Amino acid sequence: MIPGSFSYHAPTTVEDAVGLLAELGDEARPLAGGHSLLPMMKLRLAPLEHLVDLRKIADLKGIREEGGTLVIGAMTTQAEILASDVIAGHCPVIQETAALIADPQVRYVGTLGGNVANGDPANDMPALMQCLDASYVLTGKGGSREVKARDFYEGAFFTALQEGEILTAVKLPIPPAGHGYAYEKLKRKIGDYATAAAAVVITMAGGSCKTAAIALTNVGETPLYAEAASAALVGTSVDKAAIDQAVSLAEGITAPASDGRGPADYRTKMAGVMLRRALQRALERAAG
Amino acid sequence: MAKMQISLTLNGQQVEALVEPRSLLIHFLREQMQLTGAHIGCETTHCGACTVDLDGKSVKSCTVLAVQADGAEVTTIEGMAAPDGTLHALQEGFAEMHGLQCGFCTPGMIMRAHRLLQENPNPSDAEIRTGISGNLCRCTGYQNIVKAIRYAADKMNNATKEAAE
Repeated sequence: MIPGSFSYHAPTTVEDAVGLLAELGDEARPLAGGHSLLPMMKLRLAPLEHLVDLRKIADLKGIREEGGTLVIGAMTTQAEILASDVIAGHCPVIQETAALIADPQVRYVGTLGGNVANGDPANDMPALMQCLDASYVLTGKGGSREVKARDFYEGAFFTALQEGEILTAVKLPIPPAGHGYAYEKLKRKIGDYATAAAAVVITMAGGSCKTAAIALTNVGETPLYAEAASAALVGTSVDKAAIDQAVSLAEGITAPASDGRGPADYRTKMAGVMLRRALQRALERAAG
Repeated sequence: MAKMQISLTLNGQQVEALVEPRSLLIHFLREQMQLTGAHIGCETTHCGACTVDLDGKSVKSCTVLAVQADGAEVTTIEGMAAPDGTLHALQEGFAEMHGLQCGFCTPGMIMRAHRLLQENPNPSDAEIRTGISGNLCRCTGYQNIVKAIRYAADKMNNATKEAAE
């Protein structure tokens, strides 16, 4: 399988990249790690005339802390996330999630920006970014804007990203020290997308839940931020009754497809099971 | 579409070539460079038979464009043995421990194990299994592949120790 013909561009600055995209219009696509787009091109499902490879743009790389905010360049690979001391120290749930994406070879090449910008509801990082209340920096010819991950996803492969824009960075508020976290993913094998997965971040004080955020992967047209389920935990001791309530509310917002990963009812139940496990593990990890 | 000139270091040799932008790295290696060690298995980024080393990373060369290797250092299975033909410790390990039956997955397995051992010279069996989780073998059941990589790790570690003494 070989992609159809296209012209290849490898700009070295964001300015040049968005300039090219504006000039070439809807026949051009940006390329991040390429492990979603290239397979689609090989299947001739993503016809394009121009490929704008972002790999040479140094400004899109890197992980840094800026006054309580974690800023991750869009072209940072999953392997770089796994090796980052900054992420290990401030927000280890990102590493826990990255380790469950695809396989080692894919993680060397696949990027955070590609994972969140593609709009594939099966990708793992979008739900995690909703859970962490991250924002995406979207840059076009006219400048940059920020959109919250919780507002970014409109449908399967439909996002707030406008034509000519690229996602340049992910920004997220660093969760407080002592937060509890977990990402639980059910998959049939290494390299598979989730049958269902759940991301959880909670903070506890004096045995009581102060904040909670829950999001679900691959059980709907978009990643799902489970607002009511999250709110149901706040003020509780995250005991069985509270977890039952949160699981029930989270299951209620799912609308999975019936496919090779199982019938819809099963996948909804598995989302509940993943959430239950994630909550239990987050609670064990939380201080206070 | 016009071909593009690329220049890369391939198994230690400087190489220049003209490639179509749509050429995949695996096709460039096999058809233009006549390096047929890396195999085309699934062509869908699953099986790992096409794994090569690109700038210190294991990549599936069916999902990388040849133009993306411009300026890179690429090592394939053909670059593993010493110039005098002495096998690399991993190649020796796969032979000694019966780490293959049909051999189709072996070039990819060895290239992936090569990078794994660069990053983690003394992996546990569980770390080896996770490390090669992007490579499929339909013959061995993986047991002897794990032993082969363990063999190579031990041999390479002993050589390092002896060199230090």
